[in-house]
Amino acid sequence: MVTVNGEQAADAAGKTILDYLTEHGYPGRYVAVECNGEIVPKATFEERVIQDGDTIEVVRFVGGG
Amino acid sequence: MKDTFTLGGHEFTSRFILGSGKYNLSLIKAAIEDAGAEIITLALRRANTKKEENILDYIPEGVTLLPNTSGARTAEEAVRIAHLAREMGCGDFVKIEIMRDSKYLLPDNYETIRATEILAKEGYVVMPYMYPDLNVARSLAAAGAACIMPLAAPIGSNKGLATKEFIQILIDEIELPIIVDAGIGRPSQACEAMEMGAAAIMANTAIATAGDIPAMAGAFKKAIEAGRTAYLTGMGRVLQRGSEASDPLTGFLGD
Amino acid sequence: MEENQFLIENSALTGEALEKKRRLEQDPSSRTDHMAYMEGMEQIQSDVRERVMAQTAAYDYDRYTAADVAAALSHDTCTIEDFKALLSPAALPFLEQMAEKAQLETRKHFGNSVYIFTPLYIANYCENYCIYCGFNCYNQIHRKKLTMEEIEREMKVIADSGIEEILMLTGESRKMSDLNYIGEACKLARKYFRNVGLEIYPVNADEYAYLHQCGADYITVFQETYNPDKYETLHLMGHKRVWPYRFEAQERALRGGMRGVGFSALLGLDDFRKDALATGLHVYYLQRKYPHAEMSLSCPRLRPIINNEKINPRDVHEKQLCQILCAYRIFLPFAGITVSSRENARFRNGIIRIAATKVSAGVSTGIGDHEAKYSGKEEAAAGDEQFEIADSRSFDEMYDAICAQGLQPVLNDYIYTDAEDGSRF
Repeated sequence: MVTVNGEQAADAAGKTILDYLTEHGYPGRYVAVECNGEIVPKATFEERVIQDGDTIEVVRFVGGG
Repeated sequence: MKDTFTLGGHEFTSRFILGSGKYNLSLIKAAIEDAGAEIITLALRRANTKKEENILDYIPEGVTLLPNTSGARTAEEAVRIAHLAREMGCGDFVKIEIMRDSKYLLPDNYETIRATEILAKEGYVVMPYMYPDLNVARSLAAAGAACIMPLAAPIGSNKGLATKEFIQILIDEIELPIIVDAGIGRPSQACEAMEMGAAAIMANTAIATAGDIPAMAGAFKKAIEAGRTAYLTGMGRVLQRGSEASDPLTGFLGD
Repeated sequence: MEENQFLIENSALTGEALEKKRRLEQDPSSRTDHMAYMEGMEQIQSDVRERVMAQTAAYDYDRYTAADVAAALSHDTCTIEDFKALLSPAALPFLEQMAEKAQLETRKHFGNSVYIFTPLYIANYCENYCIYCGFNCYNQIHRKKLTMEEIEREMKVIADSGIEEILMLTGESRKMSDLNYIGEACKLARKYFRNVGLEIYPVNADEYAYLHQCGADYITVFQETYNPDKYETLHLMGHKRVWPYRFEAQERALRGGMRGVGFSALLGLDDFRKDALATGLHVYYLQRKYPHAEMSLSCPRLRPIINNEKINPRDVHEKQLCQILCAYRIFLPFAGITVSSRENARFRNGIIRIAATKVSAGVSTGIGDHEAKYSGKEEAAAGDEQFEIADSRSFDEMYDAICAQGLQPVLNDYIYTDAEDGSRF
């Protein structure tokens, strides 16, 4: 099982990061992705395949002081 | 000569750093324009899958983005957030904000020093938010901070310069820009901090909670400029009440 | 040449020595480069010298007006610009207001305390030709270096008088007063005094560390003048001629672990306003770099020496000296200010009410004559003095004079934090 932003994502394993983000409507241009605590460089979103057991964080900017 | 200040080699004319929290995205552009701000702070959060408006679309070109590390409780967490923010491709600026206290939201100075050291070494322009303590400020400077951001009062309190004496000490002793952050609630308080010699003011809640957000941003802009000009001009004298000493101290001098 | 008031003949010199002295005085090309470090002199990385000199070079004191001075006096914190205004001629009419502000600052930081110390000259051999100094190597005076037994005898006499803080001085001769000799004297001094300071030739940081181990905790080095061009015309020969090595002495001492450092220009040698500015800034920048360190200032004016009665402080009259001391106090409220017996009793009584926090008492600038002075017993071979003193009050007289002003004489409040046995406070 893969965990994305704290929730189980049954359909994630085997997909590239880019495909997963696009399918789920994440605004790819505006997010940063961390996989198992390591940053996934934007340039590798296309190649990086999500493995079973991965924990993924997708973050974006929001208002803040 | 143009009056500017420098952060990590970048020169800024505006001395008002605007926060973007706690108000509607549709007002951000107007607030930035009326504030004349060149730097705006942002936070990093988990993204939602549903389509939502993106804050970056509302920020005009050329405005420097300053991601904060809010949510971090340790230096390591702050470093992690800084790494993610940099991966967004928005530059090397980071405002370190580490709180281990959820009641008062006071910054943890020790963790802040550690995070500053790590991130400065990695080439970030590190802007640490801190509780105004001279020894900590010196450690932050030694760790490579680009400025020091002491709090004026508890964050969001709008109480003004509660730590005035200690901020003045930082201004007098630290050679980095001192940017007063947190607690500034009114334009007059921002003005006073600038008269004291602060390099800039960072404000968010005071603007976000005003009746007319862009108008209040404009009021802060004017107050900050007024305070800066007064500081540069040199304050006029204050008449002291009192009388001539009947026994002058210098009466003993010869030749 | 302006400094001709200093040059004197020495009939005992003959042949080569006389010729060399004359050549040094008359032919600048016969002197070494005063900005070049000599062999063995440590060079440290520091921007303090550059910053002090840039400010001093840009200082145009005639530019400041009464309004600048009034503004400076109204500020809670004194900026570098304010300090410059307070040292300017425009500040002289404000002397009483400056004194009032200085007094407030002094009381805020030091209360009513006035510290008392005594200097002990242990040797007057010197390898330098500094034309205004009584110890200079071409001046015909009685030279002496005390033995450890003699030093101890002097220390006993001084300690018996009640003094707890001592400043040991030598002429600047590494050959005649080597580091080991000074170190042994420090060890002795720690037996009799609670605080041991040194005023000796500048040394390297590791040598300061050694002296610190021997018991010294305070290093005073006078820069004499902060104008290197003027300095060159006054210090014609010897290691003291190297201006930058001397400038960095305090920083090396702090790196060597000393608790505190003392600074001074010899007022009257050059433009006193610029020298006072540079002295204040030297303290200011070093304090910012080494915030844990203690700092103190002295304010000597030129005095007559043996074989030259004509030497005087030129345009630094008492009013100007008072102005400088008030400016020092307002700009550097935390710094100790020492006023030595170069100044007379009237001046010292007045200035301890305003700005000074430390005075010497029971002073002799000669070598080995404390015993004679206290007991009336004449020492057979005492060495001659460095300059004439103007206030010869004993420890008891000074103590009473301080009390009479409503102030509190303090012999010592010093705590050695790193004593080997941890017990000797």
